[in-house]
Amino acid sequence: MSLSINDVYKVARLARLGMTEQEAQTAHVQLLNIFGLIAEMQAVDTSGIAPMSHAQDITQRLRADVVTEHNQRELFQAAAPQIKNGLYLVPQVIE
Amino acid sequence: MLNSSLLQLGAALRSKKISSVELTQLYLHRIAALNSKLNAYITINEEMSLVQAHAADILLAQSKTHALTGIPIAQKDIFCAMGWRTTCGSKMLSNFIAPYDAHVIEQFNRVGAVNLGKTNMDEFAMGSSNETSYFGPVKNPWNRNAVPGGSSGGSAAAVSARLCAAATGTDTGGSIRQPAALCGISGLKPTYGAVSRYGMIAFASSLDQAGPMAHSAEDLALLLNVMAGFDERDSTSLQREAEDYSRDLNKPLNGLRIGLPKEFFAAGLSADVAQAIEASIAEYKKLGASVVDISLPNSRLSIPVYYVLAPAEASSNLSRYDGVRYGYRAPEYTNLADMYEKSRAQGFGEEVKRRIMIGTYVLSHGYYDAYYLQAQKIRRLIAQDFVEAFKQCDVIMGPTTPTTAFNLCEKNDDPVQMYLSDIYTIAVNLAGLPGMSIPAGFGGNDLPVGLQIIGNYFDEARMLNVAHQYQQVTDWHTRTPQHIEV
Repeated sequence: MSLSINDVYKVARLARLGMTEQEAQTAHVQLLNIFGLIAEMQAVDTSGIAPMSHAQDITQRLRADVVTEHNQRELFQAAAPQIKNGLYLVPQVIE
Repeated sequence: MLNSSLLQLGAALRSKKISSVELTQLYLHRIAALNSKLNAYITINEEMSLVQAHAADILLAQSKTHALTGIPIAQKDIFCAMGWRTTCGSKMLSNFIAPYDAHVIEQFNRVGAVNLGKTNMDEFAMGSSNETSYFGPVKNPWNRNAVPGGSSGGSAAAVSARLCAAATGTDTGGSIRQPAALCGISGLKPTYGAVSRYGMIAFASSLDQAGPMAHSAEDLALLLNVMAGFDERDSTSLQREAEDYSRDLNKPLNGLRIGLPKEFFAAGLSADVAQAIEASIAEYKKLGASVVDISLPNSRLSIPVYYVLAPAEASSNLSRYDGVRYGYRAPEYTNLADMYEKSRAQGFGEEVKRRIMIGTYVLSHGYYDAYYLQAQKIRRLIAQDFVEAFKQCDVIMGPTTPTTAFNLCEKNDDPVQMYLSDIYTIAVNLAGLPGMSIPAGFGGNDLPVGLQIIGNYFDEARMLNVAHQYQQVTDWHTRTPQHIEV
């Protein structure tokens, strides 16, 4: 495990988490400890073992292609930080 | 009234000894008096609770009742309840009013139960001590310097201190069983897929499962009867016949084979907890059970596997909090990317950010096979251990936690130490099995010890039978915290 401080900044950027230099340094130490805990896993021989993504081996259920939801835009947009005329407002993204 | 079982409360309501409004007010008054000491609830809404209580009294007057009609239930603040503030213990959702009901909430509403309030929890259910909540830590009613456990710490403390008749919780790595153990109550995590996750704010979707928290196995069975059931809106909800989880409560335990995994009694288990667990096993032998030594050789890997899989799923689930559609938005930002980064940096707490970082890293290019895929393969090995074990026994027993409740702030600065406190519970989530914790005595510091009972898939009725029979010959589950007047 060789997680560098630059990796910490890179991951924070991927996760869209703003981070100060001091926060990154603290995170770096803690992540190294946590990956130390996780490292035990690497030594296990798992050749021929199928990954398990779900506790029950069930397949995805399909449903009929019919409308089940009706429009509740006003109700749902009531929780939005900023809206106007039924639209979500964000900072300008196109010059 | 406060020490009554749910069956007794239901009988009192139906015989008009007390109305639902009176019962709800009784609990609301207790919450008003005691919540400042325990911080078990994040949100109380007397008006909305009493509207439901009035409606329940009308149903009771018409004799249109269910076992839980009119009974005040505390809901973990992870369940969306229409019109209720639903925070998930986070600043990110501190102003979020849910516009719809979770399936679990619908189920309780359908039978006329009363939503008494939303209980405190670790932020986004990530924690084992309830200290990661944006709304402050919950205190353990048995000793207010101790943690109540987490993440369903508010629900556990509320049940323990008689601030509700019963409560709901969710369990991703032990979040029902561990706080139930530390607060001296009973809690059950059902088989994965038994209770719908619809409207339950997502943490790690392949592990999250809701379940009941209450004083006794008998109460848990009544609650699970309401909570469980197929729901097409959750793609992992299991299509099964409805069952009555109370049906086997009174069966004798003659011939029951109890598996004791040697890994659950090895180094790391404190002596006082071991002693209480051994005494409860001895009680089971008196009830006609026999003991089988078993091994879960891969269970030691459950913590590393969990701390890859759960953060990976969390980092994906929590990417929805962008400050655009709902939730917290930073007050100042320069552009869209800056708005995302500042809103998430300010809206999430330290533990949540830490797990998002772990998850993002293990899913990133070049590391997926080494971490995520490897963890999924070991997950299968862990699940297979249980398949082998259940060839030799009917239920598995052991401690729920390695120690009784630790002190507030004791493990706060060291995430790894905090993670290790879930050593006995996590494997059950990885395998998707049902597990429960019931009170089994007290440790050296007079704090409760929990006995964990793990069952095979869909064996909840048998586990409840096993727990109920123990509770017929012991009184640990009836003990009340000394400093909480009832």
